[in-house]
Amino acid sequence: MEQKEMRQVYCDTLLELAGQDERIMVVEADLMRATGTMKFKETYPDRAVDVGVAEANLVGVSSGLSAGGKIPFAATFGCFASRRAFDQFFLSANYARLNVKLVGTDPGISAAFNGGTHMPFEDIALMRMIPGLTIIEPSDPISLQSLTKAAAQLEGCVYMRLHRKAVPALYDDTETFTLGKGKVLRDGADVTIIASGAILVGEALKAAELLKAEQVNAAVIDMHTIKPLDEELVLTYAKKSGCIVTAENHQVAGGLGSAVANFLSENHPTPMAMIGIRDAFGQVGTQDWLQAHYKLHAQEIAVQAKRLLADKNTRR
Amino acid sequence: MNHSFNQQHLADFAREIRKQTLYTIGNLGVGHIGGALSIVELLALLYGKQMHYDPKQPQLHDRDLLVLSKGHAGPALYATLALKGFFPLEELATLNQGGTNLPSHCDRTKTVGIDMTTGSLGQGLSAACGLAYARRVDQNTCYVYAIIGDGESQEGQNWEAAMFASHYKLDHLIAFTDNNKMQIDGYTEQIMGLGDLEAKWNSFGWFTQRVDGHDIKAMDEAIERAKAQSGKPSMIILDTIKGKGASFCEGKVTNHNMQFNLEVANAAIAELR
Repeated sequence: MEQKEMRQVYCDTLLELAGQDERIMVVEADLMRATGTMKFKETYPDRAVDVGVAEANLVGVSSGLSAGGKIPFAATFGCFASRRAFDQFFLSANYARLNVKLVGTDPGISAAFNGGTHMPFEDIALMRMIPGLTIIEPSDPISLQSLTKAAAQLEGCVYMRLHRKAVPALYDDTETFTLGKGKVLRDGADVTIIASGAILVGEALKAAELLKAEQVNAAVIDMHTIKPLDEELVLTYAKKSGCIVTAENHQVAGGLGSAVANFLSENHPTPMAMIGIRDAFGQVGTQDWLQAHYKLHAQEIAVQAKRLLADKNTRR
Repeated sequence: MNHSFNQQHLADFAREIRKQTLYTIGNLGVGHIGGALSIVELLALLYGKQMHYDPKQPQLHDRDLLVLSKGHAGPALYATLALKGFFPLEELATLNQGGTNLPSHCDRTKTVGIDMTTGSLGQGLSAACGLAYARRVDQNTCYVYAIIGDGESQEGQNWEAAMFASHYKLDHLIAFTDNNKMQIDGYTEQIMGLGDLEAKWNSFGWFTQRVDGHDIKAMDEAIERAKAQSGKPSMIILDTIKGKGASFCEGKVTNHNMQFNLEVANAAIAELR
């Protein structure tokens, strides 16, 4: 199947939205060429604003645009969107109850050759602490398109992790997505894998295949919305399978795994394993090497799933 | 409001704002009195003459906007808005009480007439840039005003916004620096000297003026000159006195956030000319 670059899908979706709603704007900090929004600038020169290399101002100006009635999609590398402009996003955008869509590109190890300086393992953790913020991480071109549209329609701030590179489609192009409602990609009762993002949802599906070969039926959930978490779906599958593996391209502290554990520990304590980075900085490398180094792959998901399953069978 | 310049009317309005600000903070017992009193004449001029707005339609799309980036001066702006009928004067007594619509720092979601939430210094000018850009896209000719502090000018984000406004030729953005020469830890020049502010703003491409921030007529003329410009944002540096008009705090370097009671406030109100 032809693989379309995610950033191209992002820009095409914004162009479609902008054609229907003149409030849609693009705001960038000297990364239009990276985010792939140059076509937007060519089409709507007045509605594409480049602030230069100035991320605090990126979010500050976007907040002002929103206060002026616009719907700005502000994008920069995820490390800068979260770490550098956190107070601006917290206060000028969220605390002020404005409508800024902040897009952090190159999540986690996808920053690859840009290395540890550019590799956000903590953006979701930071963003989860902002009251009322919606956090999404699309896993493929179809979900990206649908969730970008949903983000534009939502009255309120959104943080979206955007994997820029080409990834295979996991969904039919007719599939629709609702913010806060996870997608069950594969059903199963032995163990549930809850994953997010363009790398780990794919790895979760591969892990399910590995497990299938060993007569283990794993459910796979694409948790594209990390906040608000689809608690109903998590609870249903915690009860159904009795054990959960989470998988994310982010550190385990404060990310998807933490969100699931926060909820289940209070409502339905369930044995869990978390696939993710453990208290480490990023570093340079190919994506494959980084996946192997940080154990962000199907084999590790399957290993952890089998460990949980063995524990479950021992308890019986 | 846009009526013609009336010195007496505006001076009276400034005195009323100062009185209500002293009352509001004195009634609470503590607050950011110094930086509130230093911008009173500016607020009187903006809301008494220069700005176009309707307190009965606070969300009017073609109103002029104000971003009070030095959000801790909120009580002076609340007094101004209450005197202009955005909300009842009695509400000023609720400052900083639980559940109030008047928090110490400006909050657009709580207070009728507040156009932008501020309080983390250095962020307001960026928001004002975004507002001015949005209005221009809408071909709306309203003005966006912003007030930053001199101490606040130490925040680097201001200079990102300064480049932005100049680059995008936001000539309907008129900003003021409340140059009261003091900050929490002491005199600005001793804590972190700002150098030549006029030269800085000029070099960033702004139409820069410097006037006495307690001289309403001089400020009015400066704003008119700013409005006559095209292609450049405007910065008007206001030489002011922190705590202006109240002898118990005027010019005292400890007046940033000060305790005083209603008795002290009333004595200061009685002194007002």
